[in-house]
Amino acid sequence: MSSTLVEFRNLKTYFYTEAGVVQAVNDVSFSIRAGETVCIVGESGCGKSITAMSLMRLIASPPGKIVGGEILFEGRDLLKIKESEMRMIRGNEIAMIFQEPMTSLNPVLTVGDQIMEPLIEHTLLSKSEARKKAIQLIEQVGIPRADQIIDSYPHELSGGMRQRIMIAISLSCDPKLLIADEPTTALDVTIQAQILDLLRQLKKDRNMSLMLITHDLGVVAEMADYVVVMYAGKVIEEGPVKEIFKNPRHPYTKGLLLAKPVIGQRKERLFTIPGQVPNPIGLGENCHYSDRCEHAMDICRASQPALQKDGADSKVACWLYEGEGAK
Amino acid sequence: MSDVILEVKDLKKYFPIRSGVFQRTIGHVKAVDQISFTMKRGETLGLVGESGCGKSTAGRTIIRLYDKTEGHVLYNGRDIHQLPPKELRKLRPKMQYVFQDPFSSLNPRVKVGEAIGEAVVDHGLCSKAEIREKVLEVLNICGLAPYHYDRYPHEFSGGQRQRIGIARALILQPDFIVLDEPVSALDVSIQAQIINLLSDLQQQQNLTYLFISHDLSVVEHICSSVAVMYLGSIVEMASRDELFKNPLHPYTKALLSAVPIPDPTITRERIFLKGDIPSPANPPQGCKFHTRCPVAADRCRTEVPVYREVGPEHHVACHLV
Ligand SMILES: Nc1ncnc2c1ncn2[C@@H]1O[C@H](COP(=O)(O)OP(=O)(O)OP(=O)(O)O)[C@@H](O)[C@H]1O
Ligand SMILES: Nc1ncnc2c1ncn2[C@@H]1O[C@H](COP(=O)(O)OP(=O)(O)OP(=O)(O)O)[C@@H](O)[C@H]1O
Ligand code: SF4
Ligand code: SF4
Ligand SMILES: [Mg+2]
Ligand SMILES: [Mg+2]
Repeated sequence: MSSTLVEFRNLKTYFYTEAGVVQAVNDVSFSIRAGETVCIVGESGCGKSITAMSLMRLIASPPGKIVGGEILFEGRDLLKIKESEMRMIRGNEIAMIFQEPMTSLNPVLTVGDQIMEPLIEHTLLSKSEARKKAIQLIEQVGIPRADQIIDSYPHELSGGMRQRIMIAISLSCDPKLLIADEPTTALDVTIQAQILDLLRQLKKDRNMSLMLITHDLGVVAEMADYVVVMYAGKVIEEGPVKEIFKNPRHPYTKGLLLAKPVIGQRKERLFTIPGQVPNPIGLGENCHYSDRCEHAMDICRASQPALQKDGADSKVACWLYEGEGAK
Repeated sequence: MSDVILEVKDLKKYFPIRSGVFQRTIGHVKAVDQISFTMKRGETLGLVGESGCGKSTAGRTIIRLYDKTEGHVLYNGRDIHQLPPKELRKLRPKMQYVFQDPFSSLNPRVKVGEAIGEAVVDHGLCSKAEIREKVLEVLNICGLAPYHYDRYPHEFSGGQRQRIGIARALILQPDFIVLDEPVSALDVSIQAQIINLLSDLQQQQNLTYLFISHDLSVVEHICSSVAVMYLGSIVEMASRDELFKNPLHPYTKALLSAVPIPDPTITRERIFLKGDIPSPANPPQGCKFHTRCPVAADRCRTEVPVYREVGPEHHVACHLV
């Protein structure tokens, strides 16, 4: 098995708002191994993006604050290093692409300038060498006429092309980890298929790790080696992708898989999970899923189940499986 | 009863592109470019296709939220684009539109109960005295509680706001509803609740739906027939089972193959489309799909394929079919 690249240990990231404290990421632990794709799934607001932003140390403070835990990158705790060191890691060893490429590209700079900037900053390339490398990168992400595209502005490109440019920028310094936060949510399915294929290819060629945030279970099945399911700021289940889909353990994971309509498997009626996610402010000491769970027991309403080993490489946080992991 | 409720004939909706100080028209966005289809009462037609292909514009022009450029829309046999304003106003409650974005379609300062009742009072369908009763009834049908009446939109979750949008349409006792991406913004667990609600309402009230979506798995679940649009035109239309089992148009095939299947043990043959969707202001000559079509032949670049029936209620526009 390959080595661990990133390890989240009991990460807690909170937001201090007028209405109260939002425990956006609440005691999250999981690892990403070298060369592996880990998908983070879960309902809107469950803390996926904030987990990624914490890793990048891009949490705006105030209102946000990382209040506890460690994030080990190649064994080093990123939460303890100086901002200047972090700046070298960001973009160089860890890169991130976002959901909406238009808002993360600078509208007044050509795409070439934007690809070349980190190259010149992080490597010791001259301007003309950087330009050459930028053209190569644009070709690598599958955009034709790279020598012309390099001088165009973001608004002159389609959504799919902009997302490719974002990927080109993020790859410019050969990162060991690429974080992609809903990279295809704003794109059409035919363009999504192109981008996912590109990410898969690049990951293979470069033996890069990929932390892919998505709410689309289809994308998870297609891309993930390992899956982390979050609910209300916590990891409630994790495991190898085949295990998660074939043998989901947590009632929420099971519900999600049943609620999603699947082409070619039409049912008269969809399974539904009743209710909605709890208010993130003032969450209690209960299982946060208990008011929607059909298996909820007294203990679920009184105390929170811990994330425990359940099978060779899986974990689940649910009272139904309490004690089983030890077997 | 399989009577026809809606007949769309060669419908076009062009938007002018203006430029310069005099705002001269320099061209047109052919958002809807000669589409034709028929809908039976009680059915759900799915309108699918990628962003900008004209789905919302078609939905809006069909119920005359937009004036047409050309063509006809017969609603129960009457051309709604020919109706005088008074007649149209009488018909309005019967044809409703539920918007894509439940957030922006609600006034933040109006209590939800009042927002739902507004149009009923406007149309004089109900007295002021009865209105609260009626709204409460509709809230209940849509899975909301009586106390929600006096709440404001920001106090509701995405799924609840979508329920409010549906309640607002439903209270007018429509026959025909255009549902524009009603579940696209919602999480899977909430999406399933709304889809089931829509199915129940349809059965209880014999509603006819035009269901606009880019999510083919949702469309397969809820629709009885499906029309696929590309750059303003319908390129293929068939019953649900026929379209999903026997897609004929190369674009439909590519679209279906691009949907990720939530099963990691399946690896599918995928048809990759090259390039991007061309602009509807300047669509390609001949078959509009030829710039991306994996099987395009020479004649595709010059000759427009005719949209025709190739099997029982299965229509396609492609030279190779
Ligand atoms: N700047 C902020 N101030 C206050 N609360 C915040 C802030 N940013 C995020 N949150 C809260 O933190 C929680 C986690 O947010 P996060 O963006 O990680 O969700 P997510 O899982 O990425 O959701 P989505 O799928 O919608 O992107 C949410 O409850 C959110 O409201
Ligand atoms: N009011 C308008 N004025 C000018 N052009 C418009 C207008 N409304 C839509 N268009 C253009 O018409 C085309 C079709 O737009 P429409 O909104 O119908 O697409 P759609 O299929 O609903 O897309 P989406 O999936 O993104 O909602 C687009 O090119 C759009 O830019
Ligand atoms: S701990 Fe209890 S409430 Fe929570 S998911 Fe398990 S059974 Fe359901
Ligand atoms: S007509 Fe030609 S270009 Fe158009 S879809 Fe058919 S084969 Fe492709
Ligand atoms: Mg997010
Ligand atoms: Mg639309």
